[in-house]
Amino acid sequence: MHLALPVVLASLLAGTGVYGVLARRNAVLVLVGVELVLNAAALLLVTFDAAYGDALHSGQVLTVFVVTVAAAEVGVALAVVLLLFRRRGDVDLRGATALAELRDAP
Amino acid sequence: MLFALLGVVAASSGVLAVVSRQVVHAALWLVTALGALAGCYLVLGAEVVALVQVLVYVGAIVVLVLFALMLTRAPIGRSADLDSPWQQRLAAGVVAAGTTGLLAAVLLTGVRGRVVDVDAARSASQPLARSLFGSWVLPFEVLSLLLLAALVAALVLSRERTGAPEPDAD
Repeated sequence: MHLALPVVLASLLAGTGVYGVLARRNAVLVLVGVELVLNAAALLLVTFDAAYGDALHSGQVLTVFVVTVAAAEVGVALAVVLLLFRRRGDVDLRGATALAELRDAP
Repeated sequence: MLFALLGVVAASSGVLAVVSRQVVHAALWLVTALGALAGCYLVLGAEVVALVQVLVYVGAIVVLVLFALMLTRAPIGRSADLDSPWQQRLAAGVVAAGTTGLLAAVLLTGVRGRVVDVDAARSASQPLARSLFGSWVLPFEVLSLLLLAALVAALVLSRERTGAPEPDAD
């Protein structure tokens, strides 16, 4: 199999994820874009492990680590999203412009 | 070829996941994209990674995303306020096309003409396990600490601690 195929697929997934992060307003759907970018990186790791792999299987091991870190990241990010929802009543990112806690929040 | 088929499925599902107007459909298209990507890992000879992808991503992360969609009272059905206005979407499309083009150009010149053949000896899971629990065991344990820290952080964030007692707290 030619190596151009997975490489092009990873580029497409990364571009798609970047579009999702930039164009979405719903905070949960921004996370979907982040997942796509992470999966593009993981696909590159697996591809280059299959092509240039070393004795330690670094590509596959690092992919497993990336998946684990993604699970942790999604857990914390969804907690933050739920907190945003409780404070504001929606998860619209265009309205969430304040970084500090709003003391007079309804 | 199997990889091209799975790649087309993964790429088109990814595109649908970021342009879909219905939030639940976006999450389910993400399932399709991640599942097709797990198939790609299988074709590349990484069975363990494919299994981890299915178990953790499709089984856990997407379920978390669906839970978050439910808990934030996501609108069921078509809704127009999921996306930014068209100027920002246009800019996002330009940036995304630029990212894709740059990555593809760099990586294609990097791997020019190289052909990968997946041999069965490398794709066995036993050397991967030997490597994971041998040379990589310290990062592996550190990763478990990271998961614990993330769990504690999510719990702390989920507790409402605004001082004023809210009667309608769920």
